[in-house]
This record gives sequence, structure tokens and C-alpha cells, in this order.
Amino acid sequence: MSHHIVEARDLHFTYPDGTVGLDGVSFRISHGESVALVGENGAGKSTLLLHLNGYLTAYQGTVRIGDYALTPRNLNAVRRSVGMVFQNPDDQLFMPTVFDDVAFGPLNLGLARDEVERVVSRALATVGVAHLAKRPPYKLSQGEKRSVSIATVLVMSPDILVMDEPTSSLDPRSRRRLIELLKTFRHTKIIATHDLDMALDLCERTIILHEGRVAADGPTRKLFQDEALLQRCSLEKPLRMLQCPVCAP
Amino acid sequence: MNNIGTNAFDIGYLDTLAGADSPVHRLDPRAKLLTTAAFIVSVVSFDKYALSGLTPFFIYPAVLLALSGLPVRYVLRKAAMVSLFAVLIAMFNPLLDRDILFHLGPIGITGGWVSFVSILIRLLLTVTAAFILIASTGFNALCESLRELGVPRPFVVQLLFFYRYLFVLTDEAERLVRAWSLRAFNAGAMRGKVFIPLIGHLLLRTLDRAERIYRAMLSRGFDGHFRIMRTLRIRSGEIVFLAGWILLFVFLRCVNVPVKLGALLRGVSP
Repeated sequence: MSHHIVEARDLHFTYPDGTVGLDGVSFRISHGESVALVGENGAGKSTLLLHLNGYLTAYQGTVRIGDYALTPRNLNAVRRSVGMVFQNPDDQLFMPTVFDDVAFGPLNLGLARDEVERVVSRALATVGVAHLAKRPPYKLSQGEKRSVSIATVLVMSPDILVMDEPTSSLDPRSRRRLIELLKTFRHTKIIATHDLDMALDLCERTIILHEGRVAADGPTRKLFQDEALLQRCSLEKPLRMLQCPVCAP
Repeated sequence: MNNIGTNAFDIGYLDTLAGADSPVHRLDPRAKLLTTAAFIVSVVSFDKYALSGLTPFFIYPAVLLALSGLPVRYVLRKAAMVSLFAVLIAMFNPLLDRDILFHLGPIGITGGWVSFVSILIRLLLTVTAAFILIASTGFNALCESLRELGVPRPFVVQLLFFYRYLFVLTDEAERLVRAWSLRAFNAGAMRGKVFIPLIGHLLLRTLDRAERIYRAMLSRGFDGHFRIMRTLRIRSGEIVFLAGWILLFVFLRCVNVPVKLGALLRGVSP
């Protein structure tokens, strides 16, 4: 039995206003895999992520986390094992101090106070922001906020990490630091992003979404070589895979 | 350009203050809450011409400010800002109530002016006390203590959400107004034609954001119950704090200390 498997089978979802979010999405991500989820704006990336945690329910198809299909009854267990880092850290950090914010999850899980203190300190140390514990979250820099958001999720010791645009609005150094940090995690990772260079660094596998469907699913390097596919899905080859315009025009 | 974020209630800063450590901060929030409530009730229960009886009550905010290490000037400035409302409420008293109560030398002081000053003093006292309570406790801890004291959970959660929304809302509003003013050039005050859609837009944005925040809360096991990392515990310190202050308030309420003191001094030196 493994809790680290994420499987979607033929997911269909339409928003109340009639916008089609997902139109038959299927994939299976196994233990320890690191998968990039890319696609143009409105391709269905965020919609898909919200299904993995049960915020949205597909009207057709199932999501399986570990060995079980996601149902309202095991929602809490699933939310504990699927840690979700949202795109905007300001939405994720709502408590008065960084410490309180990271402690929010463990306290809800009913951990004892001294245990909470221990796991929170450890999570903050893992992402390298132990010194910020007493600061109010909205006064931090974007990079610090992002690190704290990740700590708020890590502290619940999830099996699967789901991230929406983790590198957006980060300066290059903070972005690099984040990538190095994510490399050290052994979790199953699902990362929705427009940052294809980061996808190359972190994810051996990529799923390309296009108009609510899986347009391609395979090794990252191979997919990013396929220019026709990238163009069809409003994507571009990552800079690193292009020839240098100065040296070889 | 006016800045909504800095003019609003400065919630962020209040929470920062609440994160400090002092004997007052360490007290159980329930003890502070009840003491503040007793203080406010005793202050407002004086009759409308009370002046001398109210003055000894300044001891409570003064002692708490000194013990808690809160920035005195900041608290007073905030209290002064709110006092403007009191001026609005009380400003007709001197016009309506023209009976002479007593004479200061040749000048007759009317009841209206006395009650005007009395309202100002009361407001200053109560607002300062409430401010010290929030700034030394933190809003979340305060809500938790309300719940512990038996306030129904829906009210408390409502209060907590209101508190969060306020912060989110001022933030969003600030950005909207900035975007407007950057393109309004010298339009002066905002007109209804702009203002109404802007407010509607603000509501929609805030609802969206609230939805996202709620998701983030759910993903970390939120079940409608805010827990804080502090064990609420009433120790002997809290009992002494609570009982001591309430006894003092009752005493100050029943005995007009300045008048008694004056009588005593007059009695001693004829």
C-alpha cells in the first residue's frame, strides 16, 4: 500500500458559468515522481490541482490518492497527505505571526502543544526561515513568504506536494534557492508552472494540458524538444534549450 | 495622496505589538477581557456631569501602559483619532444645556461644557483601555477567550473573519484607489459614477480572495475552530489582577477620591 500515488481517471469538470475546465483528463503519478504540469493560461492547470485536494469535484471521473478514490468521507485524510502550496502566499498566510501560521495545521490535527512547537521549528528550519518565526507574514519579502507557505504545508508531513506556480514573482536568486530546496524533498511532487526552465531542473516528467485535455505526457526533455507540440499549446522551448543568439546567431 | 492602508485601524501593527512579551502580555486573555469590561462599565456608569470622580480611573491605562511596554505615544495618538468622533457626538451639549453649574472666578461654567468634557474623558479612558487590551493580547487570542467565556462559536468565528476581511479589504481598496488615481489626474474627489462600480469590483475581488483563503485553511484541516498556541490558564496572578482591579474600580466608583482628598486637606489645614 502506498499513499504517494496520484491517479486521475477521465476527469470532466465544467464551471457553473459554462466554462469547460477539464475535458477528460487521465494520468497516473507514482511514488516519488516529480511531475511538471504546464499549459497556456486557462488550460486547466489550477482547476486540475483543485481536484487533487477535493475542493472541486468532477462530475465525471475519479481521483485516487494512494489506494483510495477521493470521496467526501476521506477528504480530511486526503488533505493531510496532499500538501497544497497556493500561488499567492498572501492567501496562504492568514495568521498573525509566521509561527502561528505554520502551527495552524498541526493544531488542527490535534497535536500536543510541545509537539507542535517541535514540528513547527523543524519545518521552519528546513526551509531556512527559523529566524522569522515571530514576524507577521505580510511584512515578509515575496521569497520569504513563499518559503513560509511551503513550511506551512511541510509541517503536516504530507506524502504529496502540490504547488501552483511556486517560482512566480520571485527574484532570480530566491527562485534558484527555491529550486535547490525543492530538489532536496523526497515527496511526490506535482508542480503547475509556466517556468519551463524550472521544470527541466526539477521534473523528469511533464504533463502538458491544452484546453482541458492532456496534450502530452512524457519525459520533460523529450516533450520540450517537440516544437510543433509546444507551439500548438502556446508554449515556448525553455531558454536553456535554445541556441545562444550571441554565439550562434 | 491619502493612504487607506496607513490610516485604517493599523491591524498589522496591533498584531505586532501583541507579539511582544511583558507581564501584561503573559496574563490570560480572559482576565484582561473581564477587567477591561469592568473598567468600561464603571467609567460609563457615572452621571453625566461627573468629572472629578472619573480622573482617578486614569490609573488603570497608565499602569497597564507602563507594565506592558506598549508605545505610549502610538496608543495616545490612536485614542486621539477616535476622540474626534466624541467631539462630534458631544459638541451640541454646550449649546443645549446652558444652566450654570458652578463659577470659576468670574466665569460661569454651564452644564453643557461639563458634560462635554466628561464625554471626552470617558471616551479617552475606554478607548485607551480597549486599545491596550487588543495590543497586549492579539485579536485571535481575544476571540479564543471570548469563546472560552461562553460566547457562541458562530459569533466568534464571524468576528475572526471580519478581522481578516478588514485587512484584506483595505489592501485591495488601496490598490484600486491607487490605480484610479494614477489615471484620474486632477479629477479631485471620486464621483459616484466611478465610486459605485469600484465598490462592486472590490466586493467581487474580496469574495474571490476569501474563497482562496478558505481553501488554504481547509487544506490545513480548518474545522471552524481557531486554535492558538497558548494554553489558557487562570493562575493566582490572573485572580489577583482581576480581583484587585475590580475592587479598585468599585471603590473609585463609590468614593469620589479627589473630593474626599480635598476635604481632608482642607480639614487638616484650616
